[in-house]
Amino acid sequence: MNIHEYQAKEIFARHGLPVPPGEVATTVGEAVALAGKFGLPVMVKSQVLTGGRGKAGGVKFCKTIDDVKENASKILGMDIKGHTVRKVLVTPALDIASEFYVGMLIDRTSQRVLLMCSAEGGMEIEQVAKDKPEAILKLPIDPRFGLLDHEALELGLKMCPGEVKKARQLATAMQKLYAAFLAADASLAEINPFIFTPDGIGHAIDGKVSFDDNAMYRHADYEALRDLEAEDPSERQAREANLSFVKLEGNVGCLVNGAGLAMATMDLVKYYGGQPANFLDIGGSSNPEKVVNALKIILQDKAVKVILFNIFGGITRCDDVANGIIKATEMMTIDVPIVVRLTGTNEAEGRALLAKTKLHPAETMDEAVQKAIALAG
Amino acid sequence: MAIFVDKDTRVVVQGITGRDGGFHTSEMMAYGTKVVAGCTPGRGGQKFQDKVPVFDTVREAVANEGANTSVIFVPPAGAAGAIMEAADAGCKLVVCITEGVPTVDMVRVMPYLKERGVRLVGPNCPGLLAPGIAKLGILPASIVKEGPVGLVSRSGTLTYEVVYQLTAAGLGQTTCLGIGGDPIIGTNFLDAIEAFNADPATEAFVMIGEIGGDAEEKAAAYIKAHVKKPVVSFIAGQTAPPGKRMGHAGAIVSGGTGTAAEKKRALNDAGIPVAERPMDIVPQLKSIWKR
Repeated sequence: MNIHEYQAKEIFARHGLPVPPGEVATTVGEAVALAGKFGLPVMVKSQVLTGGRGKAGGVKFCKTIDDVKENASKILGMDIKGHTVRKVLVTPALDIASEFYVGMLIDRTSQRVLLMCSAEGGMEIEQVAKDKPEAILKLPIDPRFGLLDHEALELGLKMCPGEVKKARQLATAMQKLYAAFLAADASLAEINPFIFTPDGIGHAIDGKVSFDDNAMYRHADYEALRDLEAEDPSERQAREANLSFVKLEGNVGCLVNGAGLAMATMDLVKYYGGQPANFLDIGGSSNPEKVVNALKIILQDKAVKVILFNIFGGITRCDDVANGIIKATEMMTIDVPIVVRLTGTNEAEGRALLAKTKLHPAETMDEAVQKAIALAG
Repeated sequence: MAIFVDKDTRVVVQGITGRDGGFHTSEMMAYGTKVVAGCTPGRGGQKFQDKVPVFDTVREAVANEGANTSVIFVPPAGAAGAIMEAADAGCKLVVCITEGVPTVDMVRVMPYLKERGVRLVGPNCPGLLAPGIAKLGILPASIVKEGPVGLVSRSGTLTYEVVYQLTAAGLGQTTCLGIGGDPIIGTNFLDAIEAFNADPATEAFVMIGEIGGDAEEKAAAYIKAHVKKPVVSFIAGQTAPPGKRMGHAGAIVSGGTGTAAEKKRALNDAGIPVAERPMDIVPQLKSIWKR
């Protein structure tokens, strides 16, 4: 789960990172009032769950109240990579003498939290990694000891050679960010940039945090941070129904048990010249209610012209699954054709049940996918 | 022969009294796996199906019943703790089926296991099944067959799909291993491939990867340098949009890395055929395997 900059900064502030004051406005009037409160000049920053806000014109420096009015009215309602801006963060504009990147993420290779920092702050770190990989310093943090004082200071000094005061501030920021990362169950936390003003004081002026979805159960407060307006409505319903779902652009609605098989099914639809409408893992259950929920979510998308079930019955028996699908389709009106492929335990019994219905049975994945594409027209 | 398990594998099931744990323990026992104990704190002294003694701690299960392997079905909040308990009690192989274990918990678990020399499979995996020897986890026994092919995969049902096709083609398996779909897992592709390469009974093997991370690329480099046995691969998720988690926590293309195209290129460069469709895996394996 991703959160906005202003929310990430609230987490940073709680862990003692030096975050400048700032508040969110949803109207031009509110933005002007906040500019008055903090004093000019201010930054007006779009709050959307995507990168590249600056390039899109969604982050503006405002010297006067007229600037605030003009920029806030331009930015509110602006579309940035398909995200509509509904909120802007208004925060004092600081004089930047130098800027740095400090970030952490879960690293699969070291199986640790990986600290990355760079004196090339303010740019997208992926770009720095591509153009100038040697400019990024990396340290996998040992979970048994945490980020040690000397480790953090050494990295700070590499970024600010000969400037111990600044290096210490960077080191402290790294340690506080690590504490925030663990406490928040983050999968990513970054300060970009961490800046020094001409007086040598450090500030975390922009940040990003993503939460580990697996750890949501121990952070009941995170639900309140979720931006429901920024979420695709069907993905939201799927999340509430406990289904793993991703909306795509095609017309073949896919219901598959298992994430790997679901991905392979989407790939096969594409292989035969079709376009999958979604990724959906209905799990190992043959519960008709779960199937109904899944069908409802998929059928909301009017582009969907056919439904494709691809079920491998392992522990779950195919006759159980067939019964579940039949019950579910009887519980609702569906006016697109449904192709069902069942293989595995008790497949003959499962197929015999389907033969008595209007559903289109298939024996193999390939047959099912080709049938579905043909029916989608 | 098989990898990671043998006739001396003696299993304690953590979470044996839960619904899933109980069901799958019955299935494991029906397959002939030596389930010697169960563990659920507060249920010590009970018996599972009037046969298998249940203990409050894994240490008691190891001391009283000689358990050397644990299979874990406990809910996510307790899973990391259960893994460490099994390791501390002396189990040398721990298979964690649980899906949804917080990632920072797994970060803490890994050095703990390393210090104790314990192999972990999973979490968020179907476990492993060595036909004719033992079933540790939830892979369906009805689709496997004893034979010379090794199979390792990050997925569950996609694994079953491929095992089913191997069996239907008359190609039995030494071990079918699901390593799990999370970003931080115990046994990875490289470990499995080293083991299959060293196992005399495994004559050829199949590797089923998916988007996210670079485990497939690392495995490709290892195979190119060290493996003479025929290997065929498949990568799921070519059509996955970047930045979206495709079910598995680890299946996400981020910052332009971890794509199916990159993985295919690395495998092809290492001389490993990558099947376009799941149904092409068996024919491709047959075509490169001179038996």
